[in-house]
Amino acid sequence: MVKKNTEKKGSREIQQGRRDFIVVASYAMAGIGAAAVAWPLIDQMNPAADTLALASIEVDISKIEVGQAITVKWRGKPVFIKHRTEGEINSAQSVELSQLKDPQSDVERVINPKFLVMVGVCTHLGCVPLGQKTGEIRGEYNGWFCPCHGSHYDSSGRIRKGPAPLNLEIPPYQFASNSLIKIG
Amino acid sequence: MSADKFSNPVVRWIDHRLPIFSFMDHELNEYPTPKNLNYFWNFGSLAGVSLVIMIVTGIVLAMSYTPHVDHAFQSVERIMRDVNHGWLLRYIHMNGASFFFIVVFIHIFRGLYYGSYKAPRELLWILGVLILLLMMATAFMGYVLPWGQMSFWGATVITNLFSAIPFIGDSIVTMLWGGFSVDNPTLNRFFALHYLMPFLIVGVVILHLVALHRFGSNNPIGIDPSGPQDTVPFHPYYTIKDFFGLSVFLSLFAAAIFFFPNFMGHPDNYIPANPMQTPAHIVPEWYFLPFYAILRAVPDKLGGVLAMFGAIAVLFILPWLDRSPIRSGNFRPIFRIFFWVFLADCIALGYLGGMPAEGIYVVLSRVATAWYFLHFLVILPLLSVIETPKPLPQSLSKSVLGGTAMAGAASAVKEKM
Repeated sequence: MVKKNTEKKGSREIQQGRRDFIVVASYAMAGIGAAAVAWPLIDQMNPAADTLALASIEVDISKIEVGQAITVKWRGKPVFIKHRTEGEINSAQSVELSQLKDPQSDVERVINPKFLVMVGVCTHLGCVPLGQKTGEIRGEYNGWFCPCHGSHYDSSGRIRKGPAPLNLEIPPYQFASNSLIKIG
Repeated sequence: MSADKFSNPVVRWIDHRLPIFSFMDHELNEYPTPKNLNYFWNFGSLAGVSLVIMIVTGIVLAMSYTPHVDHAFQSVERIMRDVNHGWLLRYIHMNGASFFFIVVFIHIFRGLYYGSYKAPRELLWILGVLILLLMMATAFMGYVLPWGQMSFWGATVITNLFSAIPFIGDSIVTMLWGGFSVDNPTLNRFFALHYLMPFLIVGVVILHLVALHRFGSNNPIGIDPSGPQDTVPFHPYYTIKDFFGLSVFLSLFAAAIFFFPNFMGHPDNYIPANPMQTPAHIVPEWYFLPFYAILRAVPDKLGGVLAMFGAIAVLFILPWLDRSPIRSGNFRPIFRIFFWVFLADCIALGYLGGMPAEGIYVVLSRVATAWYFLHFLVILPLLSVIETPKPLPQSLSKSVLGGTAMAGAASAVKEKM
């Protein structure tokens, strides 16, 4: 009688184990299903195919005079292209890396030292720095100055003073010819 | 009711102050439900799930849609081609409307057959008809948004219905349009209202559920449960049954989305709207066809519009037209025949609404329309008086278990459990 009872209990434990397995497996499948349904609902917010297709532009730089800068729009953001003077190139190249908050030599930031190409968005909180047009404030380092929270960038677009943590970003670009660059 | 039934102390703390857990436990877990419900009782929860699917996909579609006459059609095509998974989201939303109506129509005919509109569930029924009206308005305005030919001419025809109102009709239509034809202001307001109305539906659905839980579900026998022996807790018995039905529903829904996404649509709506040219044969979406047939059957502008709205309005007063105290059609031999005739009549109206308004179709539409109103206004009130119902079972348990002979076996089963 006792033996029979334990047998029964044993089989019930096996039963219970099987049921737990079914319950856990069901919940796991439901979880996977829910995630599979949720993904398209979330991913639709990422850039669409036509938005991605607009991700590169070509710019003619032959008309930019020495000392002049132009601003072009790339992926909805301003890109600064500056035809630098000899003086600006020299001052940018002569800075000691130890003086920089985000150490980077000028050579690393350009393909052709005459043309500085960078995203004109302050790395602090996303404002557009001043310094593109003649007469605009260019900050203490004769480069660019962000009016929102007072970040100073030098003639290589590197952060020298103020709250911004990083140098102005260099977008991926290449020279298609001497006078044409392709950004993106 | 005590909060002690929850073992989690955080749940207990919250429930003591804000009894949402007691509420959910009461309405979704222990909620006593007749134990003889058949699969036709799945369609209420399926309608609820459909509403959620429509709201969720609708909100994400609105993130990529542009309600402007110059951009609406292109923005929908952009959703189909460029937006990540946009084709899937749009096809779910598009076919979701049709499936929502399929589910709701079955839900309504379930109520018609089993007398779910009778006392004490009259308000429950009326709220349901209100939901149907809101759904129709929402679906109509949603169909306008892609700004295809059917969108444009559907909007023109349906808004012109209001011009049938004597004296002020034209002013009302001008106000609905925000101009002198269906144009950009119309599209803008339809988008705003199409976004708003589903949330109104949610509100009425909540009232519908409050009214439902006041007396609980009707059942295929149509007599009230006489005690706990006639009911089972909602969870797990009906949650499992609802989930099974849901998985069947979702399988069919997925089949439509992936294999026949445009089956229930109209190809003309992939032509951009052109206010200068009406397509040769315009028809509304299939779920409006029975009402469209009624509209066309009456050879008078105001009369047709009144008949069409009357076809819905008559549902509001149904609880007072059918005076028979017997709810379920199972015990009403004559009603039962007329129910199936009425269902056939509605399907016929749907077919006729899709046919051209000429020749034999006009005659048949008139016969079917006449029968529709005859059923509600003459046959049902008459049947309540002349029909002799079959004897009702004494209780739900007896009807399920086959009377006293099975009572012993039933209790044996209970002991085993």
